[in-house]
Amino acid sequence: MSIDLANQILTGLLTGLVYSLMALGLSVIFGVVRVVNFAHGEMTALAMYAAWALFNWLELDPLVGLPLIALLLFALGYLMQRGLIDAFVSKPEHMQFILLVAVAIIMVNGSLLVFGPDAHGIQVPYGFDTYEVGPLLIDKVRLLAAVAALGISGLLMLFFRHTMTGKAIRACADNLVGARVIGLNVKQLYAVTFGIGSACVGAAGALLALLIDVMPSSGPELTMLAFIIVIVGGLGSMGGALLGGILIGVSEVLAGYFLMPSMKAMFSFAILILILVLRPQGLMGARK
Amino acid sequence: MSGHSSPTVNRRGFLAAGAAGAAVLGFGAPLRAAQPLKVGLLLPLSGGLAREGQSCKRGAEVTPGLLADMGMPVQLMIADTETNIDTARTRAEKLIADGAQVLIGAFDSAHTLAVAQVCEQRGVPLVVNIAAAPNITEQGFKTLFRNFPTAPKLVTEGLALMKDVFKVTGTTPTKAVFLHNNDTFGTAMAGAVNKLFPTLDMPFPLVETISYDGNARDLAVEVGKAKATGADLVLLVPHGDDCIRAIREMVKQRFEPKAVVSPGSPGMYETQFYKTLGKYSDYCMTNLPWINPKSAMSQALLKAFSKSHPDALFEMNIGFTFEAILIAADAAKRAGSNDPKAILAALPTTNIAEHVMIGGPIAFDAKGQNTNTRSATIQNFGGKPLVVLPSDVAEAKPVFPAPGWQQRG
Repeated sequence: MSIDLANQILTGLLTGLVYSLMALGLSVIFGVVRVVNFAHGEMTALAMYAAWALFNWLELDPLVGLPLIALLLFALGYLMQRGLIDAFVSKPEHMQFILLVAVAIIMVNGSLLVFGPDAHGIQVPYGFDTYEVGPLLIDKVRLLAAVAALGISGLLMLFFRHTMTGKAIRACADNLVGARVIGLNVKQLYAVTFGIGSACVGAAGALLALLIDVMPSSGPELTMLAFIIVIVGGLGSMGGALLGGILIGVSEVLAGYFLMPSMKAMFSFAILILILVLRPQGLMGARK
Repeated sequence: MSGHSSPTVNRRGFLAAGAAGAAVLGFGAPLRAAQPLKVGLLLPLSGGLAREGQSCKRGAEVTPGLLADMGMPVQLMIADTETNIDTARTRAEKLIADGAQVLIGAFDSAHTLAVAQVCEQRGVPLVVNIAAAPNITEQGFKTLFRNFPTAPKLVTEGLALMKDVFKVTGTTPTKAVFLHNNDTFGTAMAGAVNKLFPTLDMPFPLVETISYDGNARDLAVEVGKAKATGADLVLLVPHGDDCIRAIREMVKQRFEPKAVVSPGSPGMYETQFYKTLGKYSDYCMTNLPWINPKSAMSQALLKAFSKSHPDALFEMNIGFTFEAILIAADAAKRAGSNDPKAILAALPTTNIAEHVMIGGPIAFDAKGQNTNTRSATIQNFGGKPLVVLPSDVAEAKPVFPAPGWQQRG
């Protein structure tokens, strides 16, 4: 394998881990609340704008501002679930779909009004640094973002396995009637879950702001990306989101390297179609 | 602001220049009605090309005041194409329905073609401010006039100017790699480069052409592939933020070409490019039509523009948008009427000697194409684009090869 190719695969792997964290939020929300968040990418873009604003106004590095942005998005997600989505949880799916698409459109146009049409990028002082490991060149920003994404994903898994709230949320996902019978406050747990999923989005947005520029049109693109990842990995599966992100990140790089760079996005969709045909539940999803 | 260093021309100077131009154009034509000409301006003010569209809009905003001084009152009706072909078409219909007597636009080639079809059906003149696809003037539209070079002309002049840069600096690259956005503009430019490159006796081979999606989140693979070719010159045809992503990756991947040169595309001379990349934006070159820093009219436009948009960059989009409105107003003035038919009859005899862009008088051939535009080489210095060639309008000397990424202060 040539060094150039190895460098590219490493880049795809690191970027894919950040994508995974973003998709994880979508997977968590769907896995528990059973609502598909069509405003997921728009919320990611919102987090990216928050990272950009904190960097420009307070010179706060996105890695430092990440907990604050995650907290803000947690609050947003919690309030959205309590104030808006809760009323639609038991309604037909198309109504949920329309509601969240409407939220997404409002977010895109709101971003356009507030931040304008230009792309906004963050240029941290170490933004152009690279580590030389033997013949490999590792982009410092991508490495830091990937390590942070992996760490947050790990913490999230620990939360769901080892905390009472996490276990209660899993109980809601596994058996809603049973959860109600034993007296769990489902509405509250749904709101917390939507908040946690949104906090993942907030963290991923802060990290993505280091890697890519944000503009109002970023939202729909990121929604699509998150959907591809979770469908490939398995909707509702946390491990699947992680695997899907890495797979999409690396496959885009390979498609760009061996075929044509302009076919990168097309290749992701080709994988999506292949998975839907061969394994509709996704790589790590459970067959229903 | 750009670093134009020519002596400042005040509003009175602009008027004098305008009067001189008017004399050349034959001011003896009957005076038209005092009503301002209703100019429908179609621009991508939101969506993927919003930055360029907004830049054109800033140019348009200062134009009515200047043209009023020249006895050519215009009333602008600005519409957003939302960087969408269907929207461009429907907005064109709406502008005409609302009384626009001439349309101007639409920046993107595909949008322009859609608007041109509407104008042709309605008999309303369309003056293209910016759009390079050659087929725009090859489809036989009777109502379309373009004051912007075609992609082949952009490329021919863009490549020829490169040879001039090598000659002036005494350094020639050994091989080049070509990266281009795969949108309408980028594809048209790529077609022109691939067709014209072998005929222009360029002193370096083009070892690979890499097409990329302008909406790609990053260009790591594309730049990695370019680096792997071992080229020491990068020809880049971006169309917006993609040039920022490309340069950022070049720095990260320690790809050190002698220069990054665009043979006629936007991106590397825009405010966001300078703001985002800082010192890494310097020394990038773009060969394209540019505002003549030594023209009295461009200096007056610069002054008016600086006053109303002190933080915005004075660049090509502003100049071409101003000129498109000037062309329409001039035709109406010579026709002595704001009637679209009368303007259409006057447009083919346009001959505007005093204008703002580098090049000869604005005049149209039988296809409605102005063939007198001329490209210049602009190079970034300290976050500003300066004309470095042709020498008769140059503001600075070209620097080639560019200092390495890490050797910059």
